[in-house]
Amino acid sequence: MFWFRIKRTVKLGAKSLWMHRLRSTLTALGVVFGVCSVISMLAIGEGASREAQDQIARLGSRNIILKSVKPVEERTATTEGDMVLSYGLTYSDTERIRETIPLVEQVIPKRLVTQDTWYRNRRLTVQVVGTVPWYQKVHPIRLLQGRFLSPLDMEYQQKVCVVDEQLIEQLFVVDDPMYKDIKIKDAYYYVVGVVTTAGPMASMDGSSASHTSSGAKATGGVAGNVYIPLTAYKSSFGEMTVQYTGGTRQAEKVELEEVTVMVDSTASVLPARDVIESLLNRFHKKKDYQIVVPLELLRQAARTKRIFSVVLGSIAAISLLVGGIGIMNIMLASVSERTREIGIRRAVGARRYDIIIQFLSETVMLTLAGGVIGIALGSLIPYLVTRFFQMPTVITGTSLLLSFGISGAIGVAFGMYPACRAAYLDPIESLRHE
Amino acid sequence: MSIVTIEKLCKTYYLGSMDLPVLRELDIQIEAGEYIAIMGPSGSGKSTLLNLLGCLDRPTTGCYYLGDQDVAQLDDNQLSAIRGKRIGFIFQSYNLITQLNVIENIQIPMFYQGTSEKDSSLRAQELAAMVGLSDRLNHRPAELSGGQQQRVAIARALANDPLILLGDEPTGNLDSKSGLEILDILDKLHQQGMTLIIVTHDEFVSKRAQRVIHLLDGRIERIEKKEIKK
Repeated sequence: MFWFRIKRTVKLGAKSLWMHRLRSTLTALGVVFGVCSVISMLAIGEGASREAQDQIARLGSRNIILKSVKPVEERTATTEGDMVLSYGLTYSDTERIRETIPLVEQVIPKRLVTQDTWYRNRRLTVQVVGTVPWYQKVHPIRLLQGRFLSPLDMEYQQKVCVVDEQLIEQLFVVDDPMYKDIKIKDAYYYVVGVVTTAGPMASMDGSSASHTSSGAKATGGVAGNVYIPLTAYKSSFGEMTVQYTGGTRQAEKVELEEVTVMVDSTASVLPARDVIESLLNRFHKKKDYQIVVPLELLRQAARTKRIFSVVLGSIAAISLLVGGIGIMNIMLASVSERTREIGIRRAVGARRYDIIIQFLSETVMLTLAGGVIGIALGSLIPYLVTRFFQMPTVITGTSLLLSFGISGAIGVAFGMYPACRAAYLDPIESLRHE
Repeated sequence: MSIVTIEKLCKTYYLGSMDLPVLRELDIQIEAGEYIAIMGPSGSGKSTLLNLLGCLDRPTTGCYYLGDQDVAQLDDNQLSAIRGKRIGFIFQSYNLITQLNVIENIQIPMFYQGTSEKDSSLRAQELAAMVGLSDRLNHRPAELSGGQQQRVAIARALANDPLILLGDEPTGNLDSKSGLEILDILDKLHQQGMTLIIVTHDEFVSKRAQRVIHLLDGRIERIEKKEIKK
């Protein structure tokens, strides 16, 4: 019986809203815009954050990436005759790391050079990566065709290579790259496999981001990676990369451009990083290397996202607040207009809470309707953004539920005061009104 | 046991620095089935008395027994319930809800007592038939004449089968013909056993009552008893 009364009162409220359609619509607009902006902004933010986290995750959350960098003091050119500058990571470093740190699962040495490669009469600038067969264990590359490098390739210094999918079209045009020969420097390499670095969340327009070996986005000039065995690399390019600075007869020698270290768990990453740093410091006189810890980047990205969400949330909260105040204003006017009606209802037996429920349900229905429309619009906008601006967006179920709940809460919060005003009117005064 | 017993009823309005006593120590007893008229000049307190009888207001001091229940100091929820279940009220300006039609207006008191849609709809139709409005069930008040609106008001007042029916100048806004129609309906209700308490200026109305209570300055000036005609 109690529920029946509430149901009837709610129906009464709905009828009243319907009779003043225009006014109801305009009143609910505040909530519509508030909810719509919450959802769209959160979706855009979530999309950007996930893309960033994806890219970082592709570097491997259990990985520590070491890069050789030219020491700062030596960056300016000097003219002191012949000078050969050796710097960077060495094979001994990898041995030491592998042997002294028990947390370490894999150590992947890499040689990198930007080089032109030829297929028949087509030339393409690629990054040649000389590395070991267990490169796959540490980096998230997916084999599309054929195989990756094998230990036998390493042992016999076979001139085989594995190419990035994204450079196939530019180098091979319509030919199938498998089992063809490409020329790198002065030697021919036989294609045994095709890989891609696209993760499960490739960007929305379908192309996979182009990655250099360390996972960062490739800058212009390089079409993709070609992987060859480290031993073959040594025989083609020598034990060390030597670069002559034009006109000064100075050379730079680097043994390994990059080393990726994978540890056994994410908990071990930071401790291992500290050990590696002290290990390298002991054997390197200058700061000729750089350590990148993807896990830290991930955490940083998560922190950034939290700040972003708080800012967005505040903006949305303010807009919803303003919408709520507008609703309260209109409901107060509505109560004023219907003073006589309230008096009549009280005179024939309506209790105070009957009146409260009547007006409160009107307000809550308004805000919930506004919330639903806001959710519909708010889901449309990220879709349009992704379609026309190629920015990834992600609409989370949480944001939808949250928005719906908040619009209901706003209805109760801002509808309570007008409803109570109505309920506490004196019946006799109200009957005399107007 | 009288249906209405008032003992030493007082109502005083407190307006800032001034106290305004409107009703002073009234004692009245009304038996079930009586037809009472309350008359008096403006400011004599008749409307105030009716509002107290109708539980729309609370007395400052004194007792008001409706049946065997002292309703003088009940709280708002309890008073609302009594208004809904025990009392029927008709007003000079009808006080119908303009956005609802005849049937819906009659149903309102039943709605607040939790009566089902089916039952309240049936009873509303019966009551509408009793006041002669069966052919206008879906009309809104704006589409009805004053007399018809007052008839809807009477039907609404009877919806929950009240103990007493109160009227505040029910014929005040009506022409003489419509006014007489309303008084005929009230007579009929009285014959069926309803207790009527009507505040009025109109001599014609008071002629139909059994007892006329004359108020002056918040006190009973005199009480007229009449022979029951018919």
